[in-house]
Formats: sequence, C-alpha cells, structure tokens
Amino acid sequence: MNALASPVAGDTLPETLFSVPGMRCAGCIAKLEDGLPRTPGIVSARVNFTAKRVTLTHLPELQMPALQQAISALGFEAQPLGSALPAEDGRSGGLLRAVAVAGFAAMNIMLLSVSVWSGAEGATRDLFHWLSAGIALPAIAFAGRPFFKSAWNALRHGRTNMDVPISIGVILASALSLFETIVHGPHAYFDGAVMLLFFLLTGRWLDSVMRDRARDGVTALLKHAPAGALVIDTDGRSSWLDVSALEPGMTMLVAAGERLAADGEVADGQSRIDLALLTGESKPVAVATGDRVHAGTLNLDAPVRIKVLATGEDTVIADIARLMDQAAQSRSRYVRIADRAARLYAPAVHTLAAASFIGWMIAGAGWHQSLLIAVAVLIITCPCALGLAVPAAQIVAAGALMRSGILVKDGSALERLAEADRVLFDKTGTLTLGRPEPVDLSALRPEQKSVALALARSSRHPLSEALRRALEREGVAPSYLTDIREVAGTGVSANFGLKHVALRRPDGVVPEDCLATTLAIDGEVSATILFSDQIRPAAHETVGKLAELGLPATIISGDRAAAVAPVARALGLTAQTGMLPQDKLDTIARLKARGEKVLMVGDGLNDGPALAAGHVSMAPGSASDAGQIAADAIFLGDSLAPVATAIRAARATQKVVRQNFAMAIGYNVVAVPLAIMGLATPLIAALAMSGSSLIVVANALRLRSAAT
Amino acid sequence: MSGIAVLIPIALLLGLGGLFAFFWSLHSGQYEDLDGASLRILIDDDRPQEDEC
Repeated sequence: MNALASPVAGDTLPETLFSVPGMRCAGCIAKLEDGLPRTPGIVSARVNFTAKRVTLTHLPELQMPALQQAISALGFEAQPLGSALPAEDGRSGGLLRAVAVAGFAAMNIMLLSVSVWSGAEGATRDLFHWLSAGIALPAIAFAGRPFFKSAWNALRHGRTNMDVPISIGVILASALSLFETIVHGPHAYFDGAVMLLFFLLTGRWLDSVMRDRARDGVTALLKHAPAGALVIDTDGRSSWLDVSALEPGMTMLVAAGERLAADGEVADGQSRIDLALLTGESKPVAVATGDRVHAGTLNLDAPVRIKVLATGEDTVIADIARLMDQAAQSRSRYVRIADRAARLYAPAVHTLAAASFIGWMIAGAGWHQSLLIAVAVLIITCPCALGLAVPAAQIVAAGALMRSGILVKDGSALERLAEADRVLFDKTGTLTLGRPEPVDLSALRPEQKSVALALARSSRHPLSEALRRALEREGVAPSYLTDIREVAGTGVSANFGLKHVALRRPDGVVPEDCLATTLAIDGEVSATILFSDQIRPAAHETVGKLAELGLPATIISGDRAAAVAPVARALGLTAQTGMLPQDKLDTIARLKARGEKVLMVGDGLNDGPALAAGHVSMAPGSASDAGQIAADAIFLGDSLAPVATAIRAARATQKVVRQNFAMAIGYNVVAVPLAIMGLATPLIAALAMSGSSLIVVANALRLRSAAT
Repeated sequence: MSGIAVLIPIALLLGLGGLFAFFWSLHSGQYEDLDGASLRILIDDDRPQEDEC
C-alpha cells in the first residue's frame, strides 16, 4: 500500500518505480529482490509480479541510468515508470470495502428474514426486525455512499442517472421499514434494500476492476517518452536530469537508439533521426550540426550533442497534446448505454410508484398501506439486474479480450467499438510494424547468422536489435566472439577465432526506403542485410474481415505518397497522404458530420489528436505514449487481426447487454403488476431480485469465449 | 428463546470477525500482488538463487 509513498520526511529515501515486463517465474522475483540490493546505493527492491513492477528504494545520489543499469545487469529490461502513472489507486479498494459490508449485512439480515418469513410472530418478529434495522442502517449509510453521492451530483445539475432511482428506492425502503419496525408491522424491506446495494456494488466494483486492470496494462506499456536526458554542463561533466528539469540552453547528449527529451538544435555530431512517431514519415532524416530536431524522435546512428531550445510546454509534442485535449472534449459527450436506459427508466419507475400510491389512496387503502405498496413497486423495479446487466457483460468480454492481447480501457470503449461503421488506418507503425525488419535472411549461411547474432547482441542500435530479434526467432545460436568493440556511427567489430568480423555501415548503394547493414567476415565476401518497414501480419485478412463486418477502411497517413502507395496497393485501400495532425482531425470531423462513427487506428504522436477525436480508437502496443493514452483500446503483438476481433467481441457484448436488458424488463413486466396489486411481499422481492441478477450474470458468462 | 439470545450474538460476532479480517487483509496489501504471492512460496529464503528464466 505504501509503495507510492513520496519522500516527505527528511529521512525517507527516494523510491523509483520500474516496469520489468520480462519477469516470468519465481526465480525472477528472487533474482531481482536479492540481487538489486547488492548494488551499492540500492537499499531494497520489492517486486509486484502481477503488475510486473519493481519498486526500488535507493540513496538520492543514485540516478536513473544507474538504476536502470543495475536492473539490466541482472538480465532484465526495465523501463522507468514516471509520472505517467495516474494517482487514482484506491477507488476499487473503496468499492470492495463497500461490497464486503453490504455482503455481510445482506447475509445476516437474510438469515433473520428467513425466520420471519417462515412464521416468526409477535415479540420474536419485532426483535428480528430491530436486529435487521441495527445491521442494515449503518451498512446502507456506509455502502450506499457511492450511489447517494452520484445521484446527488446528477440531481444538482438537473440531470438524472441510474443512481437516482436506486438512491430513492433504498432510502424510502429503509425509512418505511424502520417505521414498520417501530409500529410492529409485519413487513420490513431491510433485506431487499441491502441486497440491492450488494448486487449493484458488485456491478460497480467489476466495472472499476476492469478499468484498473486495463490501466495497469497500459501503464506497463508506456515507454517511449524519455524520462530525462544526460545533460553536459560547461565543465564537461554529465548528469541525468529529469525531463521537467531541462531548460533551454542546456546541452544534452543523446545516444544512438535513444529518444530526444526536448526540442533543440544539433550542436555537434551527425546522425539520422527517425520521425515516424512524430510525423508518420517512414524514412529517417539525416541531421548535422545546426539542424532542428524535435522531442519524441529517435536518434538512430550515432551519439549527438543537442542544444536544448524548447522544453515541456513549448515543444511540438506539447502542441499536439493541446490539440488532443480539444479533440477529446467531443468524446466526453458520449452517454453510456446504462445511463441512456436510466433516462427512460427512472421517470417510468417514479411515475409508476407515484401512480400506485395515488391509486391506492383513491381506492381508500389509507396512506400507510399505499406508501407500503409504492415502496414495494420501487424495490421491485429497482434496476438491480439492470445495474449488473452492463458491467457483468463488459467485464467478461474485457477479460476475454485481455487474454487474447487486447486491452480495452473501459466499458464505454466497448460500447463505442460496437457502434463503429468506418475505419481509418494510419500507415507507419499501424498497418506496418513501424520498425525495420530484415527483408531476407535466407541468403546468409548458418555460420554467418551465428556471427551476426553475436555482434548484433552487443549493440543497442535499432538495426542491431531488429537483426537480433529476427535471428533469435529463427533459433540461431550466437558464436563466441572476443574483443567486442562498438564504434558509434560505424558499427560493431570483434574477433571470431582468428578472423576479424564486423557489422558496419553498408558498402554499396542502399535502395530507396531501405536501411541496411553489412556483415563482414575476414576472407569472405561481405553480405549486406537489407531492412525495411513491413506490413503487419494478417493485415490483408483483417481489412477484408472489417469490410465484411461493415467497416470500410481507408488510410490517412502523414507519410509521402510514394511511401504509402505500396502499402495501399498491397491491401487494396485508398489513401490520403502527407497529412498533418490537424488534417487528420478535419477528415474525422467531416466523416462525423456525415453521421459516420469512425474507428481510428493509429500509433504515432501525430495520430494522438485523431485517436482522441474518433468515435472510438485503437493503438498497437508499440505506439507512442500519447497514442496509447488517447486510444480506447490497445492491441499487443505484431498482428493486425485483433482489430477485427475487438469489433466482433464488442458487438457480441452489446448483444448480450441488450438481451440482459430485455430479461430485466421482462422480469419487471411480471413482477410490477404483482407489486402494484399489493401482492409483493419482501420474500417475493428478494427471490425476484436475486433470481434476475443470477440470470443476467449467467448470460454474461457466455461472453468468455467472445474473443476467439 | 434463550438459545436464540446466545446464538444470534455469536453469529453476528463471527460475521463481524470475518468482515474485519477481510478489511485487515485488504489494508495490509495482501491483494496487491496475487500472482506473485503464489510464486513467492517457491523461493528459498536461505540460499541465493540458481534460476533458469
């Protein structure tokens, strides 16, 4: 619980959170928790296996790169978890507490109620009613707070939501039951009121668990935004500064394979910069001293010194973030299906209850009996199954989707996914993998592959990493090399037995849109390995499936027409190219005005505003942080197939939700006339309520295989 | 009747005991890392690890 405690007191040590996706077994936990404190300066390490996180308590002198180094020395890849982690923990915890209290109260009151129903009379019945009141009233006061608060908020703003009929029903039922108890009446509805809260809280808690789980999953994926930069001061000493501490005028050293933390100007060095996340441009741009570079872009070739010109709020990234905020406002107007139902349902229920009260008064039943009947109507119609109908279905579906690698952020995202009738794809990183992949490795002999793997393993250059991944996938075993040296901007070289081997800049001319590296082994013809950004697996089938589902697709890309054309041709899609973030927004707005519900699939920073503006949006797990934060759902892995899977699962969920609504309403059609006629005793109310809730949950469980 | 007078308080106290035990476990962070808890039992306390992952 205290994992996130901030170092307030003078003697508390700083804690830093890392995401370590690579831990898989008990050995990893032991390795991290025993191994990390052996690094001088690290006081303790605590692993959370579920969230794949490590919390390090360390001396203040120890800086980010050193901590990361300590973890990678143990063989794990670690990403610092910075301020991207929203401090919203504890909401589920609070709801769980309310569920526990309501559950405890419901069980005990039910026990007492059963005795009353089976014929307890006189003093015994009164005693049981008083006991029930003693348990129910505090329990309702505690467990009902989420509903009362939300209902009060809605009423104050002149709106109504699902919580209004719930709150009125629960409060009226408990007040009347208390009165009944005082006047020694035969019926008290404490059990009904508390059980109602219990079922509804369960639904609410499921909803929040789903959101927490998805948020944890997404947080673990956030990685691209550099948490800081290595800054060189005038004496030539370097120190790691957090991104918020960077100021214009500083000089930062950006290693090959690192992302820039601020906008600036190249002060020294030559390299190529990958702009894919920022603009969608797939071809790296060569930069030299004096060129402008932007935060969030990736330095590919060699370390460069960059003079910081703009930080934080003034960077291009921040501009895009502002555009995103504006775009997201239209999204917040979406009303969830349960609240849409409540808009019709709440007035109907209240009218019905009021009508039965007036009707019985006119029929001459006296105000006491009339009120009793009106409360029975309220309790019976209270949307118990309705409150569970949506969250139960959505959490089962979200669980199924999560198992197949799709993180859906909340229930409303599932509802909107089901409504989408148009797809817009970004190109770089969305339809394509967004990273260089070796085009053809079959030309290499096994020995060359082994040497290449051994060389590639010792460099963090993006091409080396792509080569390593591809070779490891093929199951190649690395050769044993000695004297491995990496020269920035040139390549890696080493000795293989008596031969000198190297992985270096290509010799010949590299074809357009390709990157390349040359593998040189002494006494042999060197082999050039070409890399290019390739179309995601299953992209063609997915586009076809989406069309079958009634979602025609088009491409909107920030890349040049020449780079988009091959992808568009391969997938049979039309494309708009060279689009700025604002252009993408305009396209979506135009489609929206025509009444189309756009599913935006994109990954880059430049897609952020479009992702936020689309009716619903998805991003791959490799997307930029901004993309992942803006998207409603994130799919992991290389394949594009999850996009179609998510649509199908969302539609199946919506079908089950509608069935659940139909069942809840069907039950009301039977039960409400009984209540209006004054025949609904607390026993009938309790049976009907739990019966309909169970049916709704059972129906929702059918979605377990929705994502297959 | 006298049986009830004894049994009901006992039942309520047991229930409350369960409720507080749950609150306590929630507060002491026992639900923080459910997957990790099932693995930690496999870790030896006394020896450094020879692990295979």
